[in-house]
Amino acid sequence: MKTIILTALVALLCAGAPIKEGYEVGDTAVDFKLKNVDGKMVSLADYKDAKGFILIFDCNTCPYSKAYNERIIALNKKYSAAGYPVLAINPNDPSKSSGDSFGEMVKLAKKKGYDFPYLADESQSVAKSFGATNTPHAFVLTKELKIAYIGAIDDSARKAEGVTKKYVEEAVDALIAGKAVSTTKTKAIGCGIRWKSA
Amino acid sequence: MKKLSFVLLLFASAAYSQPVESVKLAELQKIIHRSSDKSLVINFWATWCAPCIKELPHFEKLQQENKNVDVILVSMDYDLDPNIDKVNRFQSKKKIQSRILFLTESNPNAWIEKIDKKWSGALPATLVINSKTGKREFVQGELGEGEIEKLLSKVTN
Repeated sequence: MKTIILTALVALLCAGAPIKEGYEVGDTAVDFKLKNVDGKMVSLADYKDAKGFILIFDCNTCPYSKAYNERIIALNKKYSAAGYPVLAINPNDPSKSSGDSFGEMVKLAKKKGYDFPYLADESQSVAKSFGATNTPHAFVLTKELKIAYIGAIDDSARKAEGVTKKYVEEAVDALIAGKAVSTTKTKAIGCGIRWKSA
Repeated sequence: MKKLSFVLLLFASAAYSQPVESVKLAELQKIIHRSSDKSLVINFWATWCAPCIKELPHFEKLQQENKNVDVILVSMDYDLDPNIDKVNRFQSKKKIQSRILFLTESNPNAWIEKIDKKWSGALPATLVINSKTGKREFVQGELGEGEIEKLLSKVTN
């Protein structure tokens, strides 16, 4: 009888809970396996020595992605050696945005000399589980895949020179120093992810 | 007949000649919170945003056909390019008749939530408000044929 009541209670609680869209800061992310531009499959678990991760949902076509391209490359240069590598993930549906096809991703990564993975989220399931909405959209994770920061890379999309707050760098610096991240969530104007038609 | 077509031509050109207006957040908020018998459809877009441009005809059509609705297109171009010229050129090239506002605010993190808590800042986004009751619907993403009308009926019923 107790079990029945308990089961009913759990069912009731679950039914009443709002459907959560994506991770919040403090949640633990689930690892993924996505195809990189070199054809190999990549998971976070592959990074045995990583102390954390800078995940950036990004794409080929968005003017914001273009504005941040060099800054993303610089982030990996600065932080991969410190144990916080960049992984870029393209969630756009190529049938909605042909410039985001796998072939075009390979071309861009080559042209820009990406020394970090540029992964195709073909099913868009990784973007959905993270709750990514924009490109670029950054997530800073600890080694245990706990989400420490969600949002913009910095506070000036237009020009790197106009930046006053480097949100992602501040979050990673705090993790390296073993301190609490002060700004854990930001919002920015950007290109909406090109979702597949329902 | 000649006269008539001349008059018609005048009307047609006058219809899309209202200039793009530069506004600050406070002015936009005043519009959002206005009191009126007409409902309000606010579309957040940018000249660089392909899905925004694709859904634009739906807003234009609504603006021309439904006299109980005010359609406002709020350009978010300022963040990448503070010059209003691009928006002016876009307006005349596409002969846009709906009212266009050019929001001149930096640091979007400080104000995106003030427009709608559900908004991540991704474009396009659309806010539909019943200006009599204050009831509102917010949608992030491209809208298809008939979807704005559905949002309008949600805020009126």
